[in-house]
Amino acid sequence: MCAAKTNVLVIDDEVQIRRLLRITLEAAGMSVLEANAGRAGLEEVARCQPDVVVLDLGLPDMSGLDVLKQIREWSRVPVLILTVLAAESDKVAALDAGADDYLTKPFGSAELTARLRAILRRSSEESEPAVVRFGDIEVDLAARVVRRAGSEVRLTAKEYAMLRMLVVHRGKVVTHGQMLRELWGPKAEENTHYLRVHMTHIRQKLEAEPHKPRHLRTESGIGYRLVED
Amino acid sequence: MPDQRPDPDALLASLHREEERARRGKLKVFFGMCPGVGKTFAMLRAAQQELKDGVDLVVGVVETHGRAETEALLAGLPVIPRKQIEYKNITITEMDLEAVLARKPRLVLVDEFAHTNAPGSRHPKRYQDVVELLDAGIDVFTTLNVQHIESRADAVRQITGATVHETVPDSVFGLADQIELVDITPEALRERLSEGKVYMEGRAAAAAENFFKDTHLTALRELALRFVAEHVDKRLRELRSVGTFKTVWRSGERLLVAVGPSPSSTQLVRWTRRMAASQGASWIAVCVETTTPLDAEGQRRLEKNLSLARELGAEVVVTHDNNVAQALVRVALQNNATQIVVGKSRNPRWFDLIRGGNLVDKLLRSAGSIDIYVVPAERAAEKPPVWLDWRPAQVSPAREYAEVFALLAALTAVGWFIVPHSGYVAVGLFYLLAVIILSLRVGPGPVFVAGVVSALTWDYLFIPPVFTFTIGRFEDMLLFATYFAVALITGQLTARVRAQERNERMREDRATALFHLTQALSAARTLDDAVFAALRQADAHFGAKTALLLDDGNGSALMPHFAGSFVISDKERAVADWAWRNKRKAGRFTDTLPSSEGFHVPLVREDTAVGVLILKLPADATLTLAQRDLAESFAAQLAQLVEREQLRAVGEREKLLAESDKLHRTLLDGVSHELKTPLAVLSAAVENLTTADEATRADLAHEIRTATRRLNRLVNNLLDQTRLESGALRPRLDWCDGHDLLNAAIDGVSDSLEGHPFEVDVPKDLPLFRADAALMEQVIANLLLNSALHTPAGTEIFLAAGVDRARSRIFFTVADRGPGLPAAMRERLFQKFQRGDAAKAGGLGLGLSIIRGFVTAQGGDVVAGENPGGGAVLTVYLPYTEHGDVPAE
Repeated sequence: MCAAKTNVLVIDDEVQIRRLLRITLEAAGMSVLEANAGRAGLEEVARCQPDVVVLDLGLPDMSGLDVLKQIREWSRVPVLILTVLAAESDKVAALDAGADDYLTKPFGSAELTARLRAILRRSSEESEPAVVRFGDIEVDLAARVVRRAGSEVRLTAKEYAMLRMLVVHRGKVVTHGQMLRELWGPKAEENTHYLRVHMTHIRQKLEAEPHKPRHLRTESGIGYRLVED
Repeated sequence: MPDQRPDPDALLASLHREEERARRGKLKVFFGMCPGVGKTFAMLRAAQQELKDGVDLVVGVVETHGRAETEALLAGLPVIPRKQIEYKNITITEMDLEAVLARKPRLVLVDEFAHTNAPGSRHPKRYQDVVELLDAGIDVFTTLNVQHIESRADAVRQITGATVHETVPDSVFGLADQIELVDITPEALRERLSEGKVYMEGRAAAAAENFFKDTHLTALRELALRFVAEHVDKRLRELRSVGTFKTVWRSGERLLVAVGPSPSSTQLVRWTRRMAASQGASWIAVCVETTTPLDAEGQRRLEKNLSLARELGAEVVVTHDNNVAQALVRVALQNNATQIVVGKSRNPRWFDLIRGGNLVDKLLRSAGSIDIYVVPAERAAEKPPVWLDWRPAQVSPAREYAEVFALLAALTAVGWFIVPHSGYVAVGLFYLLAVIILSLRVGPGPVFVAGVVSALTWDYLFIPPVFTFTIGRFEDMLLFATYFAVALITGQLTARVRAQERNERMREDRATALFHLTQALSAARTLDDAVFAALRQADAHFGAKTALLLDDGNGSALMPHFAGSFVISDKERAVADWAWRNKRKAGRFTDTLPSSEGFHVPLVREDTAVGVLILKLPADATLTLAQRDLAESFAAQLAQLVEREQLRAVGEREKLLAESDKLHRTLLDGVSHELKTPLAVLSAAVENLTTADEATRADLAHEIRTATRRLNRLVNNLLDQTRLESGALRPRLDWCDGHDLLNAAIDGVSDSLEGHPFEVDVPKDLPLFRADAALMEQVIANLLLNSALHTPAGTEIFLAAGVDRARSRIFFTVADRGPGLPAAMRERLFQKFQRGDAAKAGGLGLGLSIIRGFVTAQGGDVVAGENPGGGAVLTVYLPYTEHGDVPAE
């Protein structure tokens, strides 16, 4: 059944996880749809057009990654990946395939709802806001100006481009690969040190404690994420 | 018990034989050692008894040879008239087989089983007639002498010198259901002979005198007795094999046969084998190597004899001693032999006297309770003993004789000039000196000749009256006699001393070689080292190239060992393979594949061959018995070594298994404890949640959170360890920012660090380094957790990072103020399931093991040390290189 509230489709073969997610998400005011396998999940996505999908990577009939790829062929519905201790490479692959975020089992319910909200908020934004603020930082995407505590911060072109990517996908993980491909071209994918060097500079310019960044977070082995609060 | 039941197949076969026997006529053989013992007489007497019992019997053929007693017994027995056969104008009478068969009596008497029928008869041999009679269901009485048994004919010829032409195959004799041995003493037989009661065939008659010698009769009698005993034994064995018990009847006898290079030894070996078989005894063949070297031919024959003995089932022992008799007795005592078999000496009497009596005399003197069998050698096969063979090795006798004559001639010339001044006695002393000197240089033969020649020369040229062999004065005669004796005795004595010395030296050489070998082997740490050492020793000792093939562990193929000094060709491989599978020597110097280049000695332990040692001697080299023996000793040592190694490997495997078993138990204990504790907390806390008040609920939630984290960590550790051990761990090296990494790690364990003052000292400009960020994050987290877990609450924990001075490594150090790490502990610190004694409850002891695994996988290292001022320091090092340029914008 397709409810009118925010619809969350949970695709997971573990009945206990589904039950727990139902309790958690319904308590958070969402309605929950369930599918226990990849194919059933795909049908549900097509039939009910959920607002967000929570997808487990390990499914009995097909891999979660394939489910994700098939969804992405015809739908832009936000997808949150659930994994069990999967290697970083799996997460990167999922993110590169169009997942919006990931969570590793076991996870906290607060964390899950927060992530889902962030995803939903992003997708519900009709158009990209011209100015994004986090902490004392203000990024004016239209004017390509970054201000910290009201005064302009000078960023190099690459620094700005990196920050812009993170700002546009704020709350979401941007993988190293995505960044390198977009900013340096497909051949630069191995040169993660470009990112590290630039990120160090960006943090030094924007973060209060550059070595303990509050907003420009590192996701070990995966990429970066801009955390707004 | 199943194995006490008769073997069904054997039972069936026995039943078949019984059945056949029931259908067939029964054969009774009256068996004797030679003509004249009264076989026919005994047969006829038995027949009379049968007749009295009402048996329907006829006489097929009986030769009475005109003896009255025999004729008398024949009276009253129905005789089938003989058939007349014309052959070359002579009328020969033979048994009328057709008539007997037509008459079909119950029993028929057929004399002289081995008789050859006249040409034109139905069968060429009488025993074939008998077989036909038996087939027809007619019982047969027959007579036979031991000399007519095919397998014994050879022995009889050797005993008596008479060749036997009419023989009966042993298999036909085997048809006999009953054998009656007609036995009389040699004395009684000779008496009968002198009374003319013994008939001899024409040919044998000439040799009769020789045939009926007392010694021959004794030997023949023994032969006959043994043969019957053997036959009975065979029947007994047949019975036994279907009996319900399988114990082997052993006579407890053990035979020892002395084997030499002579062809008669071959017969000796066969004879002993027969004896041993008939007695159900085991036997050993002993070769006593003296210092007398053997020529190539003798060597070859000796080896042939020994291998024959081996083939016939003897255990072969080679020993070294100049005293053959003593050596034989020694080996006999060592091996519990009860009988010694030697060949009869064919040496002339005087030769034996010089040698201090012949072997048999010596044996008789020293053998004690051991029986001595003296078996005469076959004359034709015997080569006359060449006592000149008794010479030192490598020197040709001709040269030695030349030396003898040259020295004596020179001395005679000198003597001729000095005799007017010194007198002839001094010349005699010179001669004596010369003989002694010669005895040190040449063999006993030339010395003997030197003694004789010098004595005669002295007598002829110097002892007055000169130029005659006559000696005038009595004292001169005494002088001459003494000289002669002294010259001969010294010469032979010195030669013997030298021989002994040589023998000693040879033995010592062997001992030294073996000593060196064992020493080298015990010094070797690994099998490879040992094999290497052994092969080099063998190279040196045999002047040969050596190689070793070892089985591959499961006994399916041979693998060459790398230490070999030559490459083994396919052909040699095949020979080695044969030697290995048959557990016998092969190749050159043996009977098996002698054309191959190498001498192959199998490495035999118990009943398996673990490999093959190959010696490749130069093309012109020979292998003496001693060397052969040594080669075997080498092989035995190597075999022992290989076996030891195998046992060690097995032991190690068992130890490993035990260890892994222990590990599994530790793991199981640990895991169950570690899993159940947080689970217990969880289930208790969850139950309490429903009833608890608000404040308690918060506490419970905290407990639940802690328990889940602990569980999570445990599961992660186990999975990581599994990844490490399965080899599935492939680090993805990437440029890492140390600060990011440390922050993430610290975040992950922040709750465990609560209660410990925590200090981080990382330079702000810590450069990027290549690592697997996720792995490193876990490494740092584990380091911190480890410190938190093993130190009392309230003690400080430090974390530092940096690049070392050489800028080749980047390091991460976690130090604490806990109890520190005892040196003994540090060694096994990084093994899995190692838990500090002071460890707080919790943890499987996997943390450090995972750290090491992860760090090593990234090409780094982890070391434990002492914190100055107390506590432990653990430092992780990773290789450091500067990153490449970042393109300018």
